[in-house]
Amino acid sequence: MTQTPEHDRSHDRRRMALYGWMLASPALILLTVFAFLPAGHALWQSLFTRATSRRPARFAGLDNYTYLFDDPTFWKVVHNNLVYAAVTIPASIAIALVMALWANQALRGRAFLRTAFFVPTMLPMIAAANLWLFFYTPDIGLIDRITGLFGAAPVNWLGQPDTALWAVIAVSVWKEAGFFMVFYLAALQTIPPDLREAATIEGASRATYLRRVLLPLLMPTTLFILVNALINSVKLIDHLFILTKGGPDNASKLLLYWIWETAFSYFDRPAAAALTCLVLLVLGLLAVAQFRGLDRRIHYR
Amino acid sequence: MTARALTPPALTLTLDTLGAWVLALVWIAPLAFAAWAAVHSPTDAVGFRLAAPLTLSNFATAWEGTPWLRYFLNSFALVSTVLAGQFLLCTLAGFAFARFAFPGRELVFYAVLLQLFILPEVLIVDNYAIASALGLFDTILGIGLPYMASAFGIFLMRQAFRQVPAELEEAARIEGCGWAGVLWRVYIPAAKPTYLAYALVSVATHWNNFLWPLVITNSAETRPLTVGLSLFAAPESGVNIAVISAATLMTVAPLVLAFVIFQRQFIQAFLRAGIR
Repeated sequence: MTQTPEHDRSHDRRRMALYGWMLASPALILLTVFAFLPAGHALWQSLFTRATSRRPARFAGLDNYTYLFDDPTFWKVVHNNLVYAAVTIPASIAIALVMALWANQALRGRAFLRTAFFVPTMLPMIAAANLWLFFYTPDIGLIDRITGLFGAAPVNWLGQPDTALWAVIAVSVWKEAGFFMVFYLAALQTIPPDLREAATIEGASRATYLRRVLLPLLMPTTLFILVNALINSVKLIDHLFILTKGGPDNASKLLLYWIWETAFSYFDRPAAAALTCLVLLVLGLLAVAQFRGLDRRIHYR
Repeated sequence: MTARALTPPALTLTLDTLGAWVLALVWIAPLAFAAWAAVHSPTDAVGFRLAAPLTLSNFATAWEGTPWLRYFLNSFALVSTVLAGQFLLCTLAGFAFARFAFPGRELVFYAVLLQLFILPEVLIVDNYAIASALGLFDTILGIGLPYMASAFGIFLMRQAFRQVPAELEEAARIEGCGWAGVLWRVYIPAAKPTYLAYALVSVATHWNNFLWPLVITNSAETRPLTVGLSLFAAPESGVNIAVISAATLMTVAPLVLAFVIFQRQFIQAFLRAGIR
């Protein structure tokens, strides 16, 4: 083996390179066609005016972006999505942690608890929205029936600007928490019970143990969940189709839903393309931040 | 602080149990209420009469209202197509990234990983244009194709293949296996748990996917269950709560039943797939 002539080895290396490219190319071609090409397509489209039957599209520079920034609806939707993210992410993570702490203990009916927490994850968002619709229906919905017992007036949860976004947020938190719980649960099971005993002997309260021992140990899990939750705060919009359609008066409209609406209800492709590019830009920044963390794992061998 | 530590363990346990049960009941309530409403007459369901007689007529009404069987078959065809495509493409690409040193590998791999963030969901408008140009509008393949070269799947398979000990491969080579033989006899069998995990996650994801199928389908012949359900249950269709509950339960039943039966495997799968 050590006597292999130099040209043989370089021949081998070239063959490996060829095989590598050949094996990877089907996936790379599809990725190009359905991820990189459409991203480029969006960027290109966003630079042109809307084509009508009388006038073809012409180059417009950054006009589409200027129109967006001048449109109060844009800022309303961005604001909504920021609120959506700022509430959904911490709420679902915190509830997931509480669920995991409980599901990890030897409580009565643990199997039921775990199932109940996790089942929403298995439902399509559309079905989940149907279920919640009955809760939110004014007067006859379950929420109004319960608050009605205490004499509260019926509330049109989905129909008024003050509550619509919050109603949408509640469904997302409900849907996500159980999924995130699984990752916390797995992490908790790797933490040796001795730690708990040591902390108890030291006289640490549960809150101290949680804050000083558990939370730092769970930090990698939390970061992983955080990235997922961030992506979901863009992606998780299916329930809008059933619950509010972004209304009333754009009060619950989120970015991805607006992209869909702009493209497929208003048929304003350039505006939708500009919006798509802005969302991609945000996701790209997120990717760069995440890759810095991933770097270590990619080079671990 | 010490005061909390001195709380009798029995009391904390009771409080924990109570809290956990309250949360679990709240979490299961939407599904439980739908199950209850589905087996009561529409007027009883709306009137919230707990003691009302049971009925299965809502399921019959819902079943007749829309071609559900067709939607079930479409969803089934969709998840199978996607999974088959993902297995093939991600195995080959994962193998390439794990075992072949080719120029530009690192850079290409980063490009692949970027797709974890360039969500197909965000690109619906442009993918619609591309899929239509390829003649894939309103086809099952059109719904599935954008998801087949999954960056997530490639990453997962690459990690699994890297953990296969080199000795196994050498042994297979001594027995005369080429690259194809090594992949088929050594790497794929060794990655079985990863395949299972990925399959469960993929099926659950695509059974439940909605936005892209909504955009790219236009007929009952291709529409998956989620889109069918959204049309059936749209508030403007005027269908009542009990029938919608029945329809909703029918569509979620396969996955939820599978989950209840294979709970452990599902959770393991989500974990394995999640640890990127």
